[in-house]
Amino acid sequence: MTRWLTCTPLALATAILVLAGGPAIGIERSLQAQTAALTVPYTQFTLPNGLNVILHRDTSVPVVTVNVWYHVGSANERAGRTGFAHLFEHVMFEGSMHVPEGSFDTWLEAAGANNNGSTNTDRTNYYIDLPANALELALFLESDRMGFLLDDKAPGKVDGQRDVVKNEKRMRVDNQPYGQAFVELSSLLYPPAHPYSWPVIGSMEDLSAASFEDVARFFRTYYVPNNASLVIAGDIDIASTRKLVEKWFDDVPRGKPVPPLEPLSAVLDGVKKKTITDRVQLPRLYMAWHTPGLLKPGDATMDIIANLLSSGKNSRLYRRLVYDLQIAQDVAAFQQSQALGSNFVIIATARPGQSLDRLQAVIDEELDTLRKAPPAAREMTRALNQTEASFYRNMERVNGKADQLNAYFKAAGTPDYFEKDLARYRAVTAAEVQAAVDRYLPKDRRVELSVVPGDQK
Amino acid sequence: MKRALILFGVLAASITLAAQQPDRRQPPPIGPAPSLKLPAIQKHKLSNGLAVWIVEHHEVPLAQVNLIVRSGSAADPIGKYGVGSLTAAMLDEGAGTRSSLDLADAIEFLGANLSTTSSFDFSAVRMSVPVSKLADALPLMSDVALRPVFPVAELERMRKERLTGLLQARDNVAALIQLAFPRIVYGPTHRYGTSANGLPATIESLTVDDLKAFYRAHFRPDNATLLVVGDLTPAAALPMLEKAFGAWRSEGMAALVAEVPTAPQLGKRQIYLVDKPEAAQSQIRIGWVGVPRSTPDYAVLQVLNTVLGGSFTSRLNQNLREKNGYAYGASSGFDMRLSAGPFLATAGVQTDKTAEALREFFNELDGILSPVPADELAKSKNYVALGFPGEFETTGDMARKLEELVVYNLPDTTFSNFVPSVTGVTAADVQRAAARYVQPEKMAVVVVGDRKVIEGPIRALNLGPITIVPIDDLFR
Repeated sequence: MTRWLTCTPLALATAILVLAGGPAIGIERSLQAQTAALTVPYTQFTLPNGLNVILHRDTSVPVVTVNVWYHVGSANERAGRTGFAHLFEHVMFEGSMHVPEGSFDTWLEAAGANNNGSTNTDRTNYYIDLPANALELALFLESDRMGFLLDDKAPGKVDGQRDVVKNEKRMRVDNQPYGQAFVELSSLLYPPAHPYSWPVIGSMEDLSAASFEDVARFFRTYYVPNNASLVIAGDIDIASTRKLVEKWFDDVPRGKPVPPLEPLSAVLDGVKKKTITDRVQLPRLYMAWHTPGLLKPGDATMDIIANLLSSGKNSRLYRRLVYDLQIAQDVAAFQQSQALGSNFVIIATARPGQSLDRLQAVIDEELDTLRKAPPAAREMTRALNQTEASFYRNMERVNGKADQLNAYFKAAGTPDYFEKDLARYRAVTAAEVQAAVDRYLPKDRRVELSVVPGDQK
Repeated sequence: MKRALILFGVLAASITLAAQQPDRRQPPPIGPAPSLKLPAIQKHKLSNGLAVWIVEHHEVPLAQVNLIVRSGSAADPIGKYGVGSLTAAMLDEGAGTRSSLDLADAIEFLGANLSTTSSFDFSAVRMSVPVSKLADALPLMSDVALRPVFPVAELERMRKERLTGLLQARDNVAALIQLAFPRIVYGPTHRYGTSANGLPATIESLTVDDLKAFYRAHFRPDNATLLVVGDLTPAAALPMLEKAFGAWRSEGMAALVAEVPTAPQLGKRQIYLVDKPEAAQSQIRIGWVGVPRSTPDYAVLQVLNTVLGGSFTSRLNQNLREKNGYAYGASSGFDMRLSAGPFLATAGVQTDKTAEALREFFNELDGILSPVPADELAKSKNYVALGFPGEFETTGDMARKLEELVVYNLPDTTFSNFVPSVTGVTAADVQRAAARYVQPEKMAVVVVGDRKVIEGPIRALNLGPITIVPIDDLFR
């Protein structure tokens, strides 16, 4: 969930067909072209208040990006207060003690900047992209909302953003075809007490129930410098940027240590099957499994499997369902990597007149094929090439690089994990793919969710 | 003495440290804006006359190669709407000696990223590739652009995919408003009135011969430009480009120039309501016929729109989202094409606040006709001008900016002149442009939403006559 979408009033109807159409194909870099090790030089230090700071210089264009991660997401919520981490994310843009309401965005836009934030199960991120000459403005604003968010106007700000977030939910979930499916998937995959069992955006009831006291407690518990990391990347001078960071963030008070989440077990001991209805023309099938957590052994293998199944015209599921048999309008397989445990999800939409049973039978055939024999070497190389390409695509922009530095810092404990991350993928063997399909994608322990035409629910 | 001096130094340092506590009473000053130094566009021609523009960009070992054909869906013959779009989409479904699957495999294996696309104004084959693989990848790209096969079986597959996509559009309020709004503003007979992708009946009717005819008429070197951005020099790139594209010849008569006539402007405000029972939000679009890309008011309109609905702090977003909480976001924009594309203001609003939201839309559309206060104008000009360098960050970004010059036949000085022309915009300029291009009393109001909840309150607003548009009409 993000605070706001880039306004796209001019999108053509083309988008409809693109969304419904074929897979994204192609990559930007081949294995053969890979020679030099991929390193991103950085300077890292920790302020006395515990704030982790990572600086990276890249002078290709005169822009800088300021990227802050708070190590808190919807997994830190409790039942009855779901959607809270994301609602709070919205409040962070509404001004702080020294920044009048509305000024956060107004001052940044006047400097030519763009900014946004997003929340997922495990973290909340914020970024400001701005011309290099305005860096100090961004540091002032970030430090002020980190250190001095709450003032006497805060309760009103929460109410205002509560309505905005409810409309975000209406737009992305309630009014979106198949929008309820991921809400259902979460509750089918996880027991009610598990923090991944509710959606990041939460429920309307919980959004209404969130009080200002909740906001204040949440801020004091999680939005503390010792639970955050700050990346500044772009056209910067390292030494003077460090001085500016010290100037603006040194007086932000340290908070109590944030205890790590207790890993809760989530297992499926059989097939959980459910059918829901929605106001849609075509039925859609969702299959989901529990898989190894982010950066854990097996996580990269599942990414490669997702690629083999649904990336490009020659991928196994796309080719069978969409290209050859033409019984599906689309198919997607992906590993949703998360800190407390990941999910592997396959989604396919039936063409008019086609049944979900038939789609599921073909998907099972293809999974069985992979269970019985390892993929060919060329197929593995193609998948690896595509995986590498998405790395480089993400690194072409300085804000993509900054967010990745923060992601690695949180998940791996070091910002420059690029080469090690790539090495995980290069090390995946065809035999491991075969073994992982057998171990992690069993036919008798999974979620099977069908969304069929009807009234919503 | 020395010790004392050192002591004094320590003391001074600690005093300095205390004095360095930041002054938060006002935001820190901003330094002088960095200037964007754009690299030169090096213009060449291949032996067949194909124009080649090269921009050196040595940050990463990538090359971006875009072949732009100056014809798109605007060139669709009447009755064959969608043929240009389908032609572009079919280019890589079999080309040269390779089948669709073989082509995809070869491109993926090389590490290239190749896409084919089109809009109303142009068609394109775009490729991103490591420079070390450019020589191997260019023949694949030239097969796709120069030697497409248009196999019947692939056309049938694409046809089914597109028809199913249109079926799915019925589920989605955002998709429905994208079909409804242009149809109401331009009418179903103007090319801008229906989707560039065509409608079910035209998609059903298109044949391989239609695609080949469109291809032959428009995909020719005298109607195309090759844009190359990346870690290379003309001396290195030109021989490869000559080898891949130099033998391309134009057939028959001169390239067809597609001209879309300027649509008649709307004359009075009317409301159009598309019923979507149980919709959790209403999709609203308010607008009329806007301006072509060639408008001399381009910079003024960028600033005007930034004030009105082109940024987060714009009036529409502040009102509908931040002040009233009716919507997750609200925005506006001029869609500038070769001919006059639409101006529109848009939001998805909660169903029970649809009428209130419409009232606020018109408050802001009326409000932009009054002089814009100096600080708001300055903020918007800065936002447009200072954010401009960020549009040139990657090889892909740079190539897209060059496409604008080619497609809209703009001078090379367009980018270097842009910032000064934005800086020069005055409140009077904005007011003059608003009076001409934003006339709320003549605009169409299109709403897709739950009629039983929203119709009564909308009628009570008395904005104008209401027409109910059946969903089926959007697909005819």
